[in-house]
Amino acid sequence: MLTECFLSPIKGTVFLQNWFCFSSEFSIPSGDKVEVLDFWASPFCARVKIALEEKGVKHVDREEHDLFGGKSELLLKSNPIHQKVPVLLHNDRPLAESAIIVSYIDEAWPSNPLLPAIVYDRAQARFWADYIDKKVFEAGRNIWASNGEEREVATRDFIEVLKHLEEALGDKDYFGGDAFGYVDIIAIPHSAWFLAYEKLGAFKVEDHAPKISAWIKKCLQRESVAKVLPDPEKVYQFVLYFRKMSGLD
Amino acid sequence: MAETNVIVLDLWASSYGMRVKIALAEKGISYECRQEDFEAKSSLLLEMNPVHKMIPVLIHNGKPICESLNIVQYIDEAWNHKPSLLPYDPYKRSQARFWGDYIDKNVYNAVKRVWTGKGEEQEECKKQFIECWKILEDELGDKPYFGGEEFGYVDVALVPFTSWFYTVETNGKLSIEEECPKIVDWVKRCMLKESVAKSLPHPRQIYAFALQYKQRHGLE
Repeated sequence: MLTECFLSPIKGTVFLQNWFCFSSEFSIPSGDKVEVLDFWASPFCARVKIALEEKGVKHVDREEHDLFGGKSELLLKSNPIHQKVPVLLHNDRPLAESAIIVSYIDEAWPSNPLLPAIVYDRAQARFWADYIDKKVFEAGRNIWASNGEEREVATRDFIEVLKHLEEALGDKDYFGGDAFGYVDIIAIPHSAWFLAYEKLGAFKVEDHAPKISAWIKKCLQRESVAKVLPDPEKVYQFVLYFRKMSGLD
Repeated sequence: MAETNVIVLDLWASSYGMRVKIALAEKGISYECRQEDFEAKSSLLLEMNPVHKMIPVLIHNGKPICESLNIVQYIDEAWNHKPSLLPYDPYKRSQARFWGDYIDKNVYNAVKRVWTGKGEEQEECKKQFIECWKILEDELGDKPYFGGEEFGYVDVALVPFTSWFYTVETNGKLSIEEECPKIVDWVKRCMLKESVAKSLPHPRQIYAFALQYKQRHGLE
């Protein structure tokens, strides 16, 4: 029986244990074929790669070279609904939407769990992942895809988002507490774009969200993060190129 | 199962609120439902959901959980007796979450744009509405429910929006049964479930709500 939940002696605390480990209802992956349909600059793709690295899962990353004009047949076939990266192909079965993929990675390879064991804490983690999904990239895009007054407003909005994240992090080492986990994986890739936002928005993340700034430095010391994240300078150049191509300069 | 400390902050016409109520009913959890006023949000709502200030919020033993599909997953885990809303298999779970996310990103806007739209703009919105539901109908296929044989997470995520079908059909002059017959059959099947029937308002109530909304916002 898969569900081995029990009420702890502490009222209202429910632990999930061995949720996915022991069952004959699905096969535990071994000798897997794991591929990521990828784009080097995408923070969403980075989430997936960091999660796989954290779990020690060998994977092949297939770069989509032309997301804006010539998406690969494999991408269109694997993600017909959204036609976007990242896609995880696990033994040729496709999964889309990065936060959902990271949850899957956590469940399919259950050692070193990324999500907390306590049910309420899991809900909080998913809440912040959803907030980051809804707010961070778009707020950042509003900075780099605009000019003048519009950009000033966008910068203020982005700083608002940073402050919410700063509050959520608090004095903890990581969003989940003592250990690097799910929310950190969802959030940290966006930091590779912060230099671009800072340069174009004329502000510094450190001035408005010093705890977030410190957390970024801490995360970058992790092998998985350092290996996966692109150079922020390269991302900045990419953004400038994209602005030029879009007629924003 | 009687729970003394489960509160739902709700708005009766909200499809997102209905998701939470259906999930609690599926698990047999009793709860106190408190209606919010969008024009005058309660201090409890602002305290429990300071980030988004939106319903629904589930308050369990004094602790808030926000975002409707997050709440549904929490309900499934916190009261992990049957029926399970999410599948056991990790791949099937990811597929269920994918479709929940698709519904979140597309259905609300597709529905709202039809009943608030006018003229040529509305025609375009009607096309997008039909396209969205046809994609969902494809995913449903010949299964009784989105999850297969059992009512589950994706069904909970989607069925509340069907209380708006009468409003969309009346305003948009279209027939969902003609365009998506399997979806309409699925709706009838879901409405036979007590958890759904008692959590969804009557479509005519939604229609009256929509008319008032349009009047208040000058959208007639």
